[in-house]
Formats: sequence, C-alpha cells, structure tokens
Amino acid sequence: MEFTFGVLRQFPENPPWWNNIVTVPPEDDGIAGAALGVVDDNTTGRFLKQDFKIVAQELVPNGADPMPAFNRILESGAKFVLVAVPADALVKMADAAKGKDVILFNVGATDDRLRGADCRANVLHTAPSRAMLTDALAQYLVTKRWPKWLLLVGRRPDDKLYAEAVKRSAKKFGAKIVDERTWDFGPDARETGNDIIPVFTQGVSYDVIVIADELGEFGPLIGYRSWDPRPTVGTAGLKATTWSITVTGWGAEQIQNRFFRQSKRGMRPLDFQMWLAMRTIGESAARIRSNDPAKLREFIFGPSFELAGFKGGSFSYRPWDNQLRQPIVLTTDEALVAASPQPGFLHQTNPLDTIGFDKPESQCHFTGQ
Amino acid sequence: MNSRLAGRAPLAFVRTVTAGAALAALAAFPAPAWAGKVFVTNERDHTMTVLDSDSLSTIETIKTGRRPRGLTASPDGKLIYVCASDDDRVEVYDANDYHLVKTLPSGPDPELFILHPSGNPLYIANEDDALVTIVNTETGKVEGEIPVGVEPEGMGISPDGKLLVNTSETTSMAHFIDTQTKQIVENVLVDSRPRVAMFTPDGKFTWVSAEVGGTVSVIDNATHQVVKKLSFAIPGVNDEAIQPVGIRITADGKTAFVALGPANRVAVVDVQSYEIKKYLLVGQRVWQMAFSPDGKTLYTTNGNSNDVSVIDVDDLKVKKSVAVGRGPWGVVAVP
Repeated sequence: MEFTFGVLRQFPENPPWWNNIVTVPPEDDGIAGAALGVVDDNTTGRFLKQDFKIVAQELVPNGADPMPAFNRILESGAKFVLVAVPADALVKMADAAKGKDVILFNVGATDDRLRGADCRANVLHTAPSRAMLTDALAQYLVTKRWPKWLLLVGRRPDDKLYAEAVKRSAKKFGAKIVDERTWDFGPDARETGNDIIPVFTQGVSYDVIVIADELGEFGPLIGYRSWDPRPTVGTAGLKATTWSITVTGWGAEQIQNRFFRQSKRGMRPLDFQMWLAMRTIGESAARIRSNDPAKLREFIFGPSFELAGFKGGSFSYRPWDNQLRQPIVLTTDEALVAASPQPGFLHQTNPLDTIGFDKPESQCHFTGQ
Repeated sequence: MNSRLAGRAPLAFVRTVTAGAALAALAAFPAPAWAGKVFVTNERDHTMTVLDSDSLSTIETIKTGRRPRGLTASPDGKLIYVCASDDDRVEVYDANDYHLVKTLPSGPDPELFILHPSGNPLYIANEDDALVTIVNTETGKVEGEIPVGVEPEGMGISPDGKLLVNTSETTSMAHFIDTQTKQIVENVLVDSRPRVAMFTPDGKFTWVSAEVGGTVSVIDNATHQVVKKLSFAIPGVNDEAIQPVGIRITADGKTAFVALGPANRVAVVDVQSYEIKKYLLVGQRVWQMAFSPDGKTLYTTNGNSNDVSVIDVDDLKVKKSVAVGRGPWGVVAVP
C-alpha cells in the first residue's frame, strides 16, 4: 500500500545581517524533517507492507509565485502535501485543491487568520498559531508574576500580527502592556544599538520586554542594552516555539540524535513541524491500514488518534479549526526554560486547549464539508 | 507538562546525603551476612548506587559509563549488567566487590535488555538504531541483529526462553521474535509509545505498557491478539499525567504492578480479573521496578525525585523512600 507525499517550501526573506556562517538557516530547513518522517513511517510501514514516499519536492525562491510548483505536486499524484508558504499562498492552494482527494498540511504559516476567518477544511496545521505561541509565553510570565510588559514591534506586517497576538494573550491571561513601541531604526542597528536602545526602552516601568520581530532584525540586540535591566521574551531572548535543540526530556534525546545523524545539524522548528505532518499520516495509516485520505481524515479527527511528539502526552487535532494541539516550549538558545501549558491553567477537556483558540472563541466556519 | 523539569535536588545535596548515609551504614549498621543488595542506575550522575536491602542505606556508589539506564543480574545474582547508553556498551560488574569485570558490545545507544533465562545470550534494544542486538555473554561476540521498529525499548522473554518480545516506541508495536530462528513472527500494534514488555509467569500472555497511550495491552502469545486493554484513572490526577512504563508481575502470577510515570503512582492490578485494586503513591516520575529475590518487596525508581520507593508486596503499602543519585532509571535486586 502506497502513501504519496509532496513537499513544498518557499524560502522566507533573509534579514540583511544574517550573513554569518552560524546563523544562516540551513538550505534543507524543514525538508530534512520531512525526510526523517518518511524514514520513521517506513520503519513501521515495512511491518505492515505500507510504503511511504515523497513523490514531489519543490523549493521556491522568496518572492516567486509558488502556485506552479504546487500544481506540479498535485499532478505528480501526491495525496498528502506539506506546504511551508505565506498565508495568502496557502489559502490559494487550499482552494485550488478543493474537491480533490488531497490533504494539505500547513507546516509553516503561523497566521491566526488561517485558524479563523480564512480557515480551510482541507488544511491541517502542524505549525502553531501565533496565538498558541504568545499564550504559552503569557502563561509563563503570569505564573512568574511578571505582568507588566513593554511591547516592541518590528516594521514588517508579520511583526504587527505577532504583536496583535501578544495583546490578545495579555488580555486573556491578565497581563498589562504598559507601552507599545515600533522599531524604526532600519534593518541593521548593530553599530548604533548602544546609543539607540537605552533611549528606546526608557521612560516607563515594566517587568519584561516582549519582542515582536519574526525575522530577528532587532530583537537579539535589545537584551543587555535596555535602559532598565529586564529580560527579553517573544521572538528573541526567551522564545516560544514548537521545537529546539534544547528539548531533551520526554524521550526527545532519541529524535534529536536520529535527526543529527541524518542531517549533521540540530533539528529546527520547521523540521519538527514537517516531521509531525509525516507522522500524522504514518500513525493513522498503521491504525486503520488504509491510504484513502477521507478515511485517514476520519480517523485523525476521531477519539483514538494520538500522536507522540516528544513533549509529553499525546497530540491531537482541534476539530473546530484543524490545528494540532501540542505543548509549546519556552527556550533560550542554550537552555530550555519551560513548556506550556503551565500547571494550574485548567481546562474542562484538554489543558492543551488553554493555548491558542479554544472552541467557543473560534472564528473558523468550515464550508462545504 | 514540565514535570521533568521539576523536583531535581541539587547535586551537592545528593552527594552529601549518600556519602553520609554510606558512612553511617558502615559505622552503625553493619549489614547482616544474609542481607541482599539493590542496584540502581543513576542516568544523570553516570553512577550506580548499591543499597543494603535490610538497612536501605547506600553501601557503595559505583562510577559507570555515561548515561547508565537498563540493568539486570545474571541468574545466579553474581554479575550485574548495565547499559551505558552514551558509551554504546554493556558493562558487567561483580555484584560482590563491584569491580568492572568486562564490557560487552551493544550496538549504538543501548537502553534496555533482557538476559535469556539461562544467562546467555543477552538481547539488547538499540534505541537509536531500530535494532535488537544479540550478544553472547561468554564470548562477548555479537551473534545477530534483528531489525525492528523505530526506537526499540521494551524487552521481554518467555520463561522457557523461546519467545522474545521487543517494543518500539515510535512504531507503537510489540515485535514477537522467535529466539531460535532470530526472526520476527508477528508484529502487534499497541497504543502510542510502548515502553515495557512483560511475560506472565505461565508464559501465556505478554503485558505491554504504552506511555503516551496511557494503557497496558495484554497480548495472548498464542494468537497474538490483544485480549485486554487496561486503562487507569486516578482522582485528582490529569489523564495526560498517567503514563504507564514499568510492569512487574508476582511469581505466583496473581498481582501486577504498573508504574505510571508522572502520575507518581504504581497501580496494583489483579491479573485474573484485570481489576485495578489500588494506586500506591511513590516518588516523582516512576518508571522502572524490581522485586526483591524473595518477592516480598518491590523497589521503584523515581527519576525526578531522585529516590527509590520501597513497597511491601503483601501489605501493598509504601514503606520507605531512599535517596539515590540523580535520575534513577533502572533497578535490580540480588540475594
């Protein structure tokens, strides 16, 4: 029995000062996670006579139209397609694949609207929503009793979306944004940071600096330069993410070792999110012994689906917006600090639903299902 | 969620306590000649603690290879086998004077293993390599490798030594292996992340725990069907925290103990009726367990509270907890 996958990744924009041999993202970011997922699926599959393969893989340059690549993947016969593209492109792809017998996985886009007004029934999200990331952070900051936040926002549209998510989380968990400031000092402030940043962070009292800067243009420069000695959190400093090399508990050492042996580098969030998509199909296939996307879908949203993801407990999909539930780790580059949900944030059915959009607040209405 | 981050005692504190306890044991409570020994691997200290089974004080702390996890004893109780996971080898210690007798090849990242009831060979689960490695304990030679699922861990062997069961965590399967032909005879799908396989003493059933699934599957060894799936519910404990790992069944085949990980409890199960009789509160993140040679005591390793709980098997009561090294993982008791 064959399971055919397609993988599509569009390269994100590179910030200007990433020209550093250590910080440049690897060419195979994400793709390597998909490759490991196929290997893991096949190790199980060989006992069940199931064969998992990537039949089409497309890497699209930043700024190019990814639709032709997506159409080539559909034509190749892939039934399960992993896409890491911006939100607008993802919506287009979902609509183009509508009515076809294909499951799409959004492995990259964190946009809340993809889980809300722009949700699509044929897309499952292994990427976290921004709301999940900022809720995870907010739970921890509130637990630490650091409720007063200075919010620093980058100049790009994605940064504003992250800032919106931060504001929503602050409201949800009772924190206060004491001031919001927009970074407007250009794309490279390495030389001038010591002059600019003390002034930029002056004149208000706060517990932490929350940074909304998804490309990392200025966030890493803020720590140790602020007027008051305060930690930085968000997209820099203490980061909220799905995966990091610092995750070693919950049996994670095994997948970290396996990944490193395969790719000679650490596993990154996009790698992990692609691996999760592969394992979603692999795990369901082993249980129901079918490669019919409709039957797999039914199982994925049924009560017996449980995905083991090396962060404790099992992951599952929220039926109201197709978002994968998973703990979010809060980590610095070197050390894991915590994983949310934090203990004590209660939920009537699943504590993982305390981060991100819960059913009553969901703006997602699937049509034509 | 972050129970693994909680409750780690500072290193210096543990060292002081164990050293102090060892001195006290030597000075004040000389162990009676018939007292047994309990060996505990400390995953994060790279050591093995030896406890006196009577006084429960530390007799010795042995420096092992890196990241010691699974351990077992030879049938005569004279040799202790330890998986030194990060050194990719099995270390064999003398249970009497604690010297390293020899090392055995293990394949990469050995986590758990099981000895043939005769004492030879040793079957090792290589977690990073999707293999079960067979090693002759006499010659130290690798006699075979059996490809299994992703992240093999649990190892069980039938009382007659003919049937080996290995569980693979990410593949969620129990692989039934014929030890004569070294071939897989059947793969049984169980719930997510199976960790331990344990035969009933009559050899008829295999119990397999699923850590993420939160269940124990009872498999009929003749038909390879799952005949019963046990699940656990503890008032006041979140379902997600119930993560079954270690399983031990009393020699009379009547009572099973299941370690429930971050639920910090050991479930007591009636083997005939599958009824859960009791939950015993032990230390934090309880994983592996071992009976004393007389079967009257059960020891549990509590990885996050850095201690061992001592359970009275007849009374079903936790009698004591004993501080050991950091991250206690495996345990075995010898006469």
